[in-house]
Formats: sequence, C-alpha cells, structure tokens
Amino acid sequence: MAEFTLPKNSKVKKGKTFANAEGATNKKSFRIYRWEPDSGDNPRLDTYEINLDKCGPMVLDAIIYIKNEIDSTLTFRRSCREGICGSCAMNIGGTNTLACTKAIADYKGDIPIYPLPHLPVVKDLVPDLTHFYAQYASIKPWMQTQTPPPPDRERLQTKEERTELDGLYECILCACCSTSCPSYWWNSDRYLGPAILLQAYRWIADSRDEFAGERLDDLEDPFKLYRCHTIMNCTNTCPKGLNPAKAIAKIKQLMVSRTI
Amino acid sequence: MSMQTPLARARGLGSAKEGVHHWWAQRLTAIALVPLSLWFIYSLVAITGAEYAVVIAWLGQPINAVLMLLFLFSLYYHAMLGVQVVIEDYIDSEGQKIACLILVKFLVFLAGISAAISVLKIYLGS
Repeated sequence: MAEFTLPKNSKVKKGKTFANAEGATNKKSFRIYRWEPDSGDNPRLDTYEINLDKCGPMVLDAIIYIKNEIDSTLTFRRSCREGICGSCAMNIGGTNTLACTKAIADYKGDIPIYPLPHLPVVKDLVPDLTHFYAQYASIKPWMQTQTPPPPDRERLQTKEERTELDGLYECILCACCSTSCPSYWWNSDRYLGPAILLQAYRWIADSRDEFAGERLDDLEDPFKLYRCHTIMNCTNTCPKGLNPAKAIAKIKQLMVSRTI
Repeated sequence: MSMQTPLARARGLGSAKEGVHHWWAQRLTAIALVPLSLWFIYSLVAITGAEYAVVIAWLGQPINAVLMLLFLFSLYYHAMLGVQVVIEDYIDSEGQKIACLILVKFLVFLAGISAAISVLKIYLGS
C-alpha cells in the first residue's frame, strides 16, 4: 500500500522557540521544519518570533532575516528573489509556493513552513530533486528536428504558432506542482508528474519541433502519463499561475486523436 | 543502494505504448452511462411495487432488455476500469497488485455474465 503516515524516524517533534521580538507591535511567528541528517534526531518544528518592522515583506525576507539575525543553522535554497529561479519553492501555510513571491501579509496567525512534500529531505527546507531533474532529462527537453536549420536564419514560426507556447514557456521547474500531486506522491518512481508533463507538452506544441510523434510514443504509458486523474492540485498551487492540468489534458487529447 | 544513474531510474523500462484505450474506454462508458443510468433509475421507480408478472413482462420487452444489457455492460466495464486505476495507484507491491487486478477482473466478469444471463433468461423465457 501507499504509505499514508510518516515513518517513525520522520515524525515531526516539537522544537525550540526563539523569541526575537520583545516589545515589537508588528510581530509574526514562523514555525519551520528542521532536520539535520548528521544528528540522527527526528525532524522538529522550531518557532521563530520576529519583528516584521525589521524585515522585508516576503516570506523569503523573513527566512533570510532568521538566518542572518537569529539562527544561522537554518538551511534553505534561494537565489533570484523574484520568482524566476524556482529555488525557494517550499510548503508555506500548507501550500507549495515560492517564498520570494509570497507576502507575509497574506497569512493570518503563525506561518508554518515545511520543505516540498513527499521528497527526500537533504536538510531543513532543502529537498532532494535528483529524480525530478532526471525525469525532466528523460523527456528530452530540447528541439529535435530532421530538417537541418536554414543556413541564413533561425527556424521561424508564425505569431499564432508562438502563442501555442504561452502558458508553457513560463514554467520555472520549481516542482511546486509535482510535489502537490497525490498521484506523484504515490507513484513518482514511474509517473512523470505535472511539471515534467507540462514541459513535455511544451515541446510537442512547438511548431519547430519535428518529433511530436516520438514524444507522444514515449509518454504513452499507464504510469508515465495516465496516473494524472485531473486532481488539479498542480494548477491550484502553481506560483506562476500556469495550468499543468490543462497541458496534460491536451497530451491525452492528442493521444486519442492519433488513434481515431 | 544502487549505482544506477538517476536518468536510468527515471527512464525505467520505458513506455508501455498503452493506456489510450483504457482512458478512451473509461470516457465512452461514462458518456453511455449518463442516459442509461437515468433510464435505469426512471424504470426502477416506475416498476417499484409492481407485481412479479408485470416486472417479468416489462423486461420481456426487447427495448427494455436491450437497454438493461447495455446498462449492465457499461456499468461493469466502467467499474472494472475504475477499480483497476485505484489498485494501480495505491498498491505498491507488485505481487499484491497483480493478485488484486486478477481478482477484480474475475469478479467483474462473474458478476457481469451472471447479470446478463439473468436478463436473457427472463427475456427469452417470457
């Protein structure tokens, strides 16, 4: 059976509390998942109370403030701080999103922060995305053609053909959608998940690519593609406002239309 | 532990080149079940409380027998496809998964053919 409860050594215990906002009027508590691979201890939830007047408006600002001012052992990924690199994807307030584009003011009460669900944890808020990236590589995310490129210019497409890629090219592969998908939780060893399927469709939909058929062949599988049951968590959670569920539906449509 | 590369694990055994038929059949039976279920519920309500002979005569009419067989076929086929997906989703162990899939298919055929024979027996007997 799929595992519905955490194994014993992964159960989250109560952690330490760091009060750092004495006398502040504008304060907020962040309850953050902590786990150190070397200690052998169970993961714990540490609470950090901070003065919001001293830090920026986004959740990432608060996490950076905590690391700089309160607890330098807190580990997380971040880079661009403007929602284009996808590094700071984490589960904030019960929803996968990017810490850098999510405002603290969007949350009432304490803000719980966990790593992306159902992935192996490297440390604290850093999940292991090795398999996710390998799945991305497996769909050959580059243009494949038989026709050599024109000698004097790039491969052209019409404006209409280009608009087919809107809503697809914006994906930053932050993995928020895939790790919010129950089907991906239970069967990620074989199911590609919404992010990778959206990327696969991005190449199928590209008018310049000549291998749509082979791409569909590679996806035609009860597990790689058809574990999607249109649960729509992917679309609900996407921090870029994209619709992976729709991209998957289009792949399924193409699968049928080439048989009838 | 395995020395396999992540890409080898992700590619696994490759594509089964299958699944479209299952998906399409599930949609077709779902579409068919919309009018057939409405007819079935309407008929149930209409013949509830009727005498035995009336019900037998009702199913003795070709139109009702045909619709009943279509309803039963769509229902059992759709149920088999659906339960198969649930099993594939939630059961990890390969052995248990195959055992459950075999059990479900056998049960559906047992129930479906029994139901069809019952309808035919009444239809041909009246």
